[in-house]
This record gives sequence, structure tokens and C-alpha cells, in this order.
Amino acid sequence: MNGRLRSLGTVLAAPAAALVFALVVGSIALSVVGVNPLFAYSEMLEFSASANSFVSIFNRAVPLYISAIAVAIGFKMLLFNIGVEGQYLLAGLVAAAVGAQLTLWAPLHIVVMLVVAVVVGAVWAGIAGILKTWRGVHEVVSTIMLNFIAFSVVAFLLKNYFRDDPASLNLATKPLPLSGRFPSLNPVLEFFGLEPASGFELRGYLLVAVLLGVLYYILVWRTRFGFDLRASGLNADAALFSGVKPKRMVVLTMLISGGFAGLVGMGQVTGFFYGYTQDFPRFLGFDGIAVALLGRNHPVGMGLGALIIGFLRRSSQILDLRGVPREVTVIIEGVVVLAVVVAYEVVNRRVQAAEVKAAAEATQRPGGVAEAA
Amino acid sequence: MSTARDVAEQIPPDRGRPLPDLLHDRRLRLLLLASAVLLLGGVVARATSAQELTSSGTFGAAFRFAMPVMLAGLGGLYAERSGVINIGLEGMMIAGTWFGAWGGWQFGPWYGVLFGVLGGALFGLIHAIATVTFAVDHIVSGVAINALALGGMRFLSTVVYDNVPGAGVTQSPRTAPIDTLSIPFLSGGDLFGWRSPDMLGWIEDRSWVFLSDAAAVVSGVTKGVSWLTLVALALVPLSWWLLWRTPWGLRLRSCGENPYAAESLGVNVLRMKYYAVVTSGGLAGLGGAYLVLVQAGIYREAQTAGRGFIGLAAMLFGNYQPTGVLGGAALFGFADALRIRQTSAVHALLLLVGILLAMFALWTVYRLQLQRGLAIAAFAVGFILWFALTDDVPPEFVPMTPYVVTLLVLSLASQRLRMPAADGLRYRKGEAV
Amino acid sequence: MWGSDREPHIAQTHREAPTRVPETEPRTGARSAAPAVELIDVTKVFPGVVANDSVNLLVERGEIHAVVGENGAGKSTLMKILFGMQAPDEGTIRVGGQETGFASPKEAIAAGIGMVHQHFMLADNLTVVENIVLGFEPTRGPRLDFVKARAKITELADVHGLPIDPDVLVETLAVGERQRVEILKVLYRGAEILILDEPTAVLVPQEVEELFRNLHSLRDEGVTIIFISHKLDEVLAIADRITVMRGGKTVATVDPRDVDAHQLAELMVGSELPTPETRESTVTDQVELEVEGVGVRAGERWALRNISFVIRRGEVVGIAGVEGNGQSELIEALIGVRQADEGRIELGGLDITGWGTRERLENGLGIIPEDRHRQALLLSSPLWENAMLGHQSLEPFVDGPWIQREGARERTQTIVDAFDVRTPGVDTLAIALSGGNQQKLIVGREMVSEPRMLIAAHPTRGIDVGAQAAVWEQLRNARALGLAVLLISADLEELIGLSDTLRVIYRGRLVADLDPATVTPEELGSYMTGVRQEVTE
Ligand SMILES: Nc1ncnc2c1ncn2[C@@H]1O[C@H](COP(=O)(O)OP(=O)(O)O)[C@@H](O)[C@H]1O
Ligand SMILES: [Mg+2]
Repeated sequence: MNGRLRSLGTVLAAPAAALVFALVVGSIALSVVGVNPLFAYSEMLEFSASANSFVSIFNRAVPLYISAIAVAIGFKMLLFNIGVEGQYLLAGLVAAAVGAQLTLWAPLHIVVMLVVAVVVGAVWAGIAGILKTWRGVHEVVSTIMLNFIAFSVVAFLLKNYFRDDPASLNLATKPLPLSGRFPSLNPVLEFFGLEPASGFELRGYLLVAVLLGVLYYILVWRTRFGFDLRASGLNADAALFSGVKPKRMVVLTMLISGGFAGLVGMGQVTGFFYGYTQDFPRFLGFDGIAVALLGRNHPVGMGLGALIIGFLRRSSQILDLRGVPREVTVIIEGVVVLAVVVAYEVVNRRVQAAEVKAAAEATQRPGGVAEAA
Repeated sequence: MSTARDVAEQIPPDRGRPLPDLLHDRRLRLLLLASAVLLLGGVVARATSAQELTSSGTFGAAFRFAMPVMLAGLGGLYAERSGVINIGLEGMMIAGTWFGAWGGWQFGPWYGVLFGVLGGALFGLIHAIATVTFAVDHIVSGVAINALALGGMRFLSTVVYDNVPGAGVTQSPRTAPIDTLSIPFLSGGDLFGWRSPDMLGWIEDRSWVFLSDAAAVVSGVTKGVSWLTLVALALVPLSWWLLWRTPWGLRLRSCGENPYAAESLGVNVLRMKYYAVVTSGGLAGLGGAYLVLVQAGIYREAQTAGRGFIGLAAMLFGNYQPTGVLGGAALFGFADALRIRQTSAVHALLLLVGILLAMFALWTVYRLQLQRGLAIAAFAVGFILWFALTDDVPPEFVPMTPYVVTLLVLSLASQRLRMPAADGLRYRKGEAV
Repeated sequence: MWGSDREPHIAQTHREAPTRVPETEPRTGARSAAPAVELIDVTKVFPGVVANDSVNLLVERGEIHAVVGENGAGKSTLMKILFGMQAPDEGTIRVGGQETGFASPKEAIAAGIGMVHQHFMLADNLTVVENIVLGFEPTRGPRLDFVKARAKITELADVHGLPIDPDVLVETLAVGERQRVEILKVLYRGAEILILDEPTAVLVPQEVEELFRNLHSLRDEGVTIIFISHKLDEVLAIADRITVMRGGKTVATVDPRDVDAHQLAELMVGSELPTPETRESTVTDQVELEVEGVGVRAGERWALRNISFVIRRGEVVGIAGVEGNGQSELIEALIGVRQADEGRIELGGLDITGWGTRERLENGLGIIPEDRHRQALLLSSPLWENAMLGHQSLEPFVDGPWIQREGARERTQTIVDAFDVRTPGVDTLAIALSGGNQQKLIVGREMVSEPRMLIAAHPTRGIDVGAQAAVWEQLRNARALGLAVLLISADLEELIGLSDTLRVIYRGRLVADLDPATVTPEELGSYMTGVRQEVTE
């Protein structure tokens, strides 16, 4: 048990070291452009320590987190769904369009929209799953291609079918009725004495994200399906010999991953834009990959990762005001992801070596190894 | 002594009819196939009056559009032949676009090429450090590289293009173009200041089925060709020669097939992988530079638009062979060119694809693979119906043409892949069993 | 360019190779009296294991020196150190009297050492020429000179009686041919010291004899040979001197004329070697598995054709065959990882031909796969998850769709106790266990679930004698309780000792039906290589 604790410590050391490394690289970048890194960092910290920033960071983290889950569930079996980007955009659009047509009891209204989003995301991801199992097309390539196709399909649908007002230049779906809007959590914040300015609403969709995190954990670590999934990722041959059907697994995992992906943008749909507009945020799918890598596919780790990215993005806003190129945070993001991946690998090797050693010592206690048998 | 493999009896032809004798030579087969497609394309172009489907302009553009993809694909080829999967091609290409533009703007186009290669190689080096030295999962590292490249280039833009007129966070100043060349007599190039006749152009103008189309193909690749295109093209045979005819190539390939065998014969596997992955990055970077210096004349953010990945697809389509990569890239380039040249040609493309699929379905059925044949036939009918029931392709769909074509081609072709045996596997020195 | 620094050496080996007169060799001429290899106090520690513990080894020039020891004794590690593939933690290495420490195989090769590894080191998708010249390519300008390479290989093949077609892909070669390529690789580099790590493990007796003839003639040409094995009679047959290793130490160096197999075994493991004898027959007349006319395609060919046999309760049916003759396909078809393309399989009276693997496992099929690490374990997962593997749809590991962690842990503890798996606990990662303990866990997880039919592929490959004896004991006990077993093994003694019925598989067909009580390994070998056939169609 002591060893477990020790290894937990080493596991935490990896992201910490990576973060420090990224900050150092960021400092170098800042110094190059003639900014004192300490100044920039302290400005960022200070700026983030407010109720407004708190709300903003969490609102940013929520879609990143869900996106990370969608990616991670594939990663767990070494199935790389790089197509979350296209899946969530398409799902968000269709769900918004459907939601705008409904009038229902509020919770049900939202649930229906979420279900639509899940189905659309799953179907779009499922194409890649089927192409892989049926025609052997690698999912990295197919999901990327499907992203670009999804962009076209989204543009097409929005312009020709889902557009609210054909006369206006602004491409957007019809605004959601009140019953389709997710309530904000600001009352809860106020209860704790935090009072963000108007325009800063902590989206209630945060609760959905937390729920999805729990669901992800249970699915992957507590169910038979999860065991098959992880076994497939750890050793595909052994999984096959243990009765896992690889093709079924690929399609199923793609569907589930796509289902999660469908929910990525629904916080914005139900809690901010109240529909799908041209300004709908892009790149959340790709950011999700970074967060999944940061958090090592672990539900808590990815939560922290999403918050870190959320923090960097929020706090970068102050940099512009101080005349510092905010893109430095983009560099920090990139470096931290790469560094953390390397650091995990190093730590992993350490932990395994320690485990081997411990096992050898424990089994060698009385006498030799081969003697008694 | 023998195993089951070399002597076991041949399966009787209940699995599929054998090929006719004529079609046994692979090259002949490909040539016949290409001619048939061209003939069909010519007929479709005339029937639908979408002349651009087989014009020299389209082929020329196809050729230009194919080059970056091919370069990325070649890059992928080096890496994967050495056993390292390179999903980071896209990021390396992005670096190539940025550095290519910057070098081109600062010092002139050929310096742009050089900087593009170096920029890509730099990210190749990062990928090598992560995957080869630290044994990080290749795809994970590649994904991270793509993210890093995107962020890094944006940062560089803010720093470098801050006060440059016409440039900014998302684009560079315009770069000077690279010289072009037309072959004398064939395509009307200059000869000592004298403009020679354009024979191919003349044939193309006659609009003879097949002949004019064939002339258009040749004209497309001989008229107004950038010198950088020639360099890129030369890299195909050069890569083949390097990889299959030199000790360096043998060692590199052995690392992708069985690194421990290579190690046991004194090959420095780690170093070979570094060479391969850095070369890979350099080639992808060259592809990026090409995009900027030959195609666009400017760097724009997200300019690569997934071409690194399409390069990967071209490599898979080409079954890890340089000429195959060129073929895959050419297909992509053609689809890409059509969408730029003429929207109605994209509509005609639906018919062409439909007919080709139908023929493919027939062929599959002839070889007694009924189920597959039916599935393909369903797609064929779909495309033909789409063509028949519409007058044009919605403008929103035009940009996705190359991606659909890529998916389609991959799903029809990627069955008999021969991937290097140790591709993507973790290698650590001295861990042979 | 990259080939140039090696060219002079190639030229040199060209001159030397055909006529091998040790006295005139420039490299060692002055010191011809010095021993070929001297290892002094060599120590190598891996995490948790002292693989080599102050090992001393002295090999004279021109002798065949055998190194014996059971699996895990440290033989391969020692040879990899000599060959520059592993760095020793301590110790001195002398080659030809000169102190060396090879940082890479390249240096060892340059010093005239060649090694044929325990597991073939060949690239399947490269040709024989490419495999042989790799790292040592003759060049013409920057090009690889395939003409020269081919000529040289053909010449070596002729001189040493190792016929091979240089232009075929290695993947098309049989096991014996692959070994020839391995030996040619070494000869091509002009090695004077040849290390062979367990070269006979994959060969049938006839091939072993052929190999021994080749080795003798190489020795007579002056080559020094270090021959690694754990098979005592072979060692006694070929070696001029024998060094015994045990637990990472060298315990003795003896003359084969002075010892017999019993004494060697005593030195090697401290006791008699366990033997895989079965006592009285427990075969019943209830058929558990019936296979009828099964065929499996591999691309355009049949990997398996017309396979028919039955296994009764309490019976062990052994399948002998040279690796690559369809054993893997047979295993895969039986457990449903691959669907048979023709024929019928019945388990306990049920037609399971169209079933998936999971259904088969749930219905009492157990499997000990041939490749422990690749097919049977999740190395970076804890033992309790490994104990679940293959049983993840069954109690007590799961309850409906839910994993029962406690149930799984308890069951794993039961396995660990009952099958003597040496581990600190059930949360230990599988990678931390020794091969023998991993195998005991695998055998245990199959046995505890009380299957009706067990497929055991190479159940004792690469494990120490203690674990080996334990696994054999488990198989015997289960058989006595009525288990039907299909045993596939490359170890002919194991096959003969444990089986009630022996079948031979050759080119994807069952070619002989033999009685283990009367058959000899040589006889078995002639069936396995197709010299004799007794086709039952
Ligand atoms: N690369 C390695 N890492 C860790 N342990 C190793 C490694 N190679 C060998 N060992 C361990 O060293 C011991 C000796 O192994 P080896 O030399 O292969 O024995 P032998 O060849 O005599 O069967 C074994 O316990 C084995 O597990
Ligand atoms: Mg060994």
C-alpha cells in the first residue's frame, strides 16, 4: 500500500514537471519578445482571481472536458477519434434546429435535444467505425476527412434548411424557446458569496459535464464493456483470445465516443447562443485531444487539464491589455501537452521498474526462487 | 523442409475467378486502367459539357495541388518505413508553410523552400525525440505535435508580423513566385527567346475524344511548371533509389521491419529512426513551402487544411511505395483542382465516379465476390442518381470534394496493405527477447 | 558515404571466408595461443534479478564449448554481453587475449564474433540477401552492390553446405531454412567465434543432426563455437567442454567424457530434471471435442485442411509439428478467433462451429495460448485483471455487466495460493512476475474455472524447471479428473510423455496417428518433416 502511495506521488510528478517545463519555455518566448515573464504570469494569476474569471474558466473547461472524454474513451482502446470536431459541430447544429421546433416541459425539452445531439454525434463517428471494420480505413485518416466533410454539411444545412431568417445575413438557427434553455448556476455562486458581473453566467451544463465524467469512469473501470475496452487497448491479441470481438468493439466504441462528442457544444447551444450560429466555437474537438493527453484519460486528470486550459485561455485576455502577445499561452498549451506525454512515459517506466523490483524482493524472501516448488 | 506456406496447395478458384492472362503484368494493368478512366472522363466531359473535367488547365492545377500532398506522403513513407507512425505530418507541414513564407518574404523564394524544409524538420526532430528516445506512443506524439505547431506558428506570426503591412497573426506578406518552365515544342516553351509551337495545346483544342484528353494530361504537366514541382517530382524516384538501392535505405527499412534484427547486426537503430523522422518532417515542410510559394503566394493560417493527413492517406493508398504515393496524391490533386476550376465539373465528377464504381462493381461480381459487388453497386447507383436528380452540386459541398474522394479511394483500395512489420511499435535498445 | 567506412572490412572478409586457416589470420595471428573468449567476474543486474552474478567462462580456440543451464539461468544475458548487445555492470571480457568491452554488436562483429539468437532475428519482409548483408553491405559507389552480395552468399552457401535461395522473402522460409540464413549471416561477416543460443529448440531430431554436422565441420575449419542449450543429451553429444550455469552463476566446467546426464542435471538444478511421465491411462469413452474436416484458408491457400480428430474426457491428444505447419491456425479455429472455412467442430455434443470465442469460453473451453506475452496477458495490469482475462463474462469476476472487484481479487488469491504463483499480492502488475510465475497464473486461471476441454499450447516453453514440473503436475491431475486436453508443443519429450494419443501436423494436415508409448523422437521427427507420411484420408 505504501508503494501505491509512492507511485501516486510519481504519477502526479509528471504533469507538474511538464507544467514547469512549459512555463519555462513560455518564459523564454516572453523574454524573446522583451516581456518579463514574471510580470506576465503574475498578471495572469491576478486577473484570474475574480468571480468573473471563475465563471469564465469553468464555462471554458466544460466543453473541453466533455470533448476530452469523447477522445479518451477511444484512446483507452487505442482507437483515435480525431473527428470530435466535426461530430460536435454537426450534432450541435441538428440538436439546435430540432430544439427550436419543440415546445415541451423544460427538462424534457433539454433531454430531447441532448439525445438528438448524442445520436447525431454517434452516427457521424460510426461512419469511421464502419469504414475501419469493413474496409480497413485507418480511423485517424477517416475521422479527419469526416471533419472536413462535416464542415461542408453544416454549412449546407445551416444555409438551406435550418436557417431562421433567410433574409438576414446572419446565419443562425431559430432561437430556442425558454423551455430549451439550461438554467445558470449563478444563484449557487451567490450563495457562496461570489457575485460575477452581468454577462458572466456559470452555465448549468457544468452539472452535465460532471455527470458525464462519472459515467465515463463507471463505464470504463466498472463494467465488463470497460474491461474489454481497456484490454483491447493494452493488448489487442490477448483481448481477442479472451473473447472480445474486435470489430464490434471498434464500432461500439466509435459510437459511444461520438455520442459523448455530440454533447460537447450543447452547453453553448442551451446556455449561451440558445441556438446554433455562425459564431459557434470551433476547435473544441482538437482541444479535447490535448486535454485527454494532459489528463491521461483519467476522469479527474482530464478535469484538471480542462481547468488548466480554461485558465490559460481566460487569463490570456489580460495579456493583450498589457501589450503582451497572448499567443504565448498557445505555446504553453502545446508544450505542456507534449511534455506531459513524455513525462508520463518516463514515470511509467519508473513505476514499472519499481514494481518489478518489489515483486522480486517479495518472492525471494525465504531461500531462492527456483529451489522450492 | 518447408512450411505450410510455400507448398500448401493453391485454393481452387471458388474464391474468385483468376485474372485474364493479359492483366497479369501490374504496370500494364495500371496503364490500361488509367487510359480507360481517361477515355471515360473525356466522354463524360463532353456529354455533360463540363470541359474542365479533362482540360489541361485542370490537369495542370491537379498536378500543382498534388505536390504538397505527395511530399507529405513521401515524408510519411520515410518515417513509417523506419517504423515510426507520423500523424504529425500536418503539423510539420504547417511549420513548412510558415517558415517557407517567412524565408520567401525575407530572402526570396528558394530560401523559402530551404526554411520550409528546416521548419518541418525541426518538428520532425521533436517527434523523433518523443517517439524514438522517450518511446511515447507515436500517434499520441503526432497529435501533440500538430497542436504545438499550430500554436507555435501563431505565436511566431504575432511576434514577426506585428508591424508588417499586409500581414498579421493569420497571414504573411506575399512572397515572390518561383520561376516556371514550359517544354519547347510540346507545350510552347521558349527556346533561346523564340516561342516554340504548342503542339499539345493544338491537339487539345481539336477536342478529339481521348487524344485531346491525353494531350491535355501531358500538357498539364509540361506547361508552366514550377521548378519546385520538378524538384518535388524528382524526389519520387530519388526516394525509391535511396530506400531500395542503398545501404542506408536497407538499414532504414530494416528498422521498420525488425529493429532488433537490425540492432543485432550493428545497425544503430535509434539513429536511423532519427534520420527517417527528421527527413519525414523536412519533406512535409517542403510540402508546406510548396503550398505557400507555388500555389498561394502567401501564408495563411490553417492553409494546409488537412493535407498532411491526406498525404498519409496517399501513402496508405500507395501501399508504402513512392510511386503509389504519387498516384494517391494525383487523385487528390485532381479532385481539388476540379473544385477550383469549375463547379459544374464537380457535378460531372459525380457521374464519372458513379460509372467507375459501377464498372468496379461489375468487375467484383465477375470475380465472384457477390456481396462486395452489391455493396459497391449500391454506392454507384447512389452517385448516378445524385447526378441525375440534381443540376449542380450545392456550393457548400464543393469544398469537400477532395475529402470525399480520399475517403472513397481509401475504402476501395486499402485492403491489401503491406505495412512495415514493426511500424508503430515501441523500440528500446537492448530489449530484444 | 554511409557505406564507405565498412568497405575495407568487407573486402577482407571476402578474402578470408572461403579458406579458413586460423594460423594465418592477421587479426589474431600473434596471439593464437590465447583463449578465444575469457569472461571474468561478469555481473549484470536487471531490476529485481541478478541475471549474471560474477560469471567466469573460458573458451579455447577451435572448440565447441557448451553452456547449459535451465531457463532463466542467465545464459542468453551472458552471450548478449559478450556480443555487445547488453552492457555488463561489472567484469572483464577478453577476446583473443585482448581486453575488450563492446559497446554495440558492431564492435563485436568487427572483432570476429557472430551470434545466432535464441529467437530468430530476421525481417520477414526483406529478402534473404537483404537480411544477410544488412549492416555490412558491399557497395559500388553509393549503391548497394546486390550482385557482389549474391555471389558471396552463394559461395558461402556452397562451401558450408547451407543451400539457400538468396532472392526470396524470408517470410516464405521454413524454420530450418531460417536458421541457415542466421548462420550464413554470421559466416558472411567472417566470424571466428560463433555463438548459438538454443539453436535446437525449434528443430526436429534430423535437423539437429544436420546442424551438428555443420557445426563440426565449422569447428574443423577453426571456428570457435559457443553452444547454448538446456538439453543435456545434445550438449553431451556435441560439446568439447561444458560450462554449467545456475541462478546466474557458473557452477562448473566439465569434460563431457567425465559426466553423464544425471550428473549434469544435478549441477544444473540441484536435482534430477523433472520428466513429463503420465501414469496409467484415464481415457474414457465420452467424446468431449470432435473436429471433423476442418479447413482454414490463409489468403489464396489452405493453412489447414481436412483436420479430423476426437478428444475424449480424460484424454490428452498431442499435436507434434514443426512450427508454422498450421498449429496456430488450428488453435485459432478451435477457440473461434478465426472461423473455420469448412468442417464442423463439436464441444460436449454441441455444434460450436459458428460460435464466437466468448461463447466457446463460457461453455467450458480453456486456452493456454502459445505466446504468453502476446496472447495471454495484460502485462501492465494487476494480476487480478489478468486472472479475469478470458473469464470476464463469468462469475465471480462479474455480476451481469458489472465488474466485481472483490470477487475477482478473492478468486485471484485462490489461484495464487493453489498454483504457487510467487507474487507480493494480487495487485502486482503482471510484468513484475517471472515467466514461470506468469505461466502458473495462466494455467491457474484456466484450471480454477474447471473447463471441460483445455487447449494447451507450449505450456512450459521458456519457464524454469520448478514451474515446469508444477504445470505438468496440474495437467496430469486435471486429466485424471476427466479433462480433455489438446497439447501442442515443440518439446517432443513433453509431447511423448504427457499424451495419450499423438498426431503429427504437416503442411496443414494431420499426417500420422502414433502411439506415444512406442514412438521415438526420431520417428516423430521424420513425420514432422514429411519424410514419412501415413496419410489418413
Ligand atoms: N532485458 C531484460 N530486462 C529484465 N530482465 C531480464 C532481461 N533479460 C533477461 N532478464 C532476466 O534475467 C534472467 C536471465 O535471463 P536469460 O539470460 O534470458 O536466461 P536464459 O537464457 O538462461 O534462459 C531472467 O530472470 C530474465 O527474466
Ligand atoms: Mg535464453
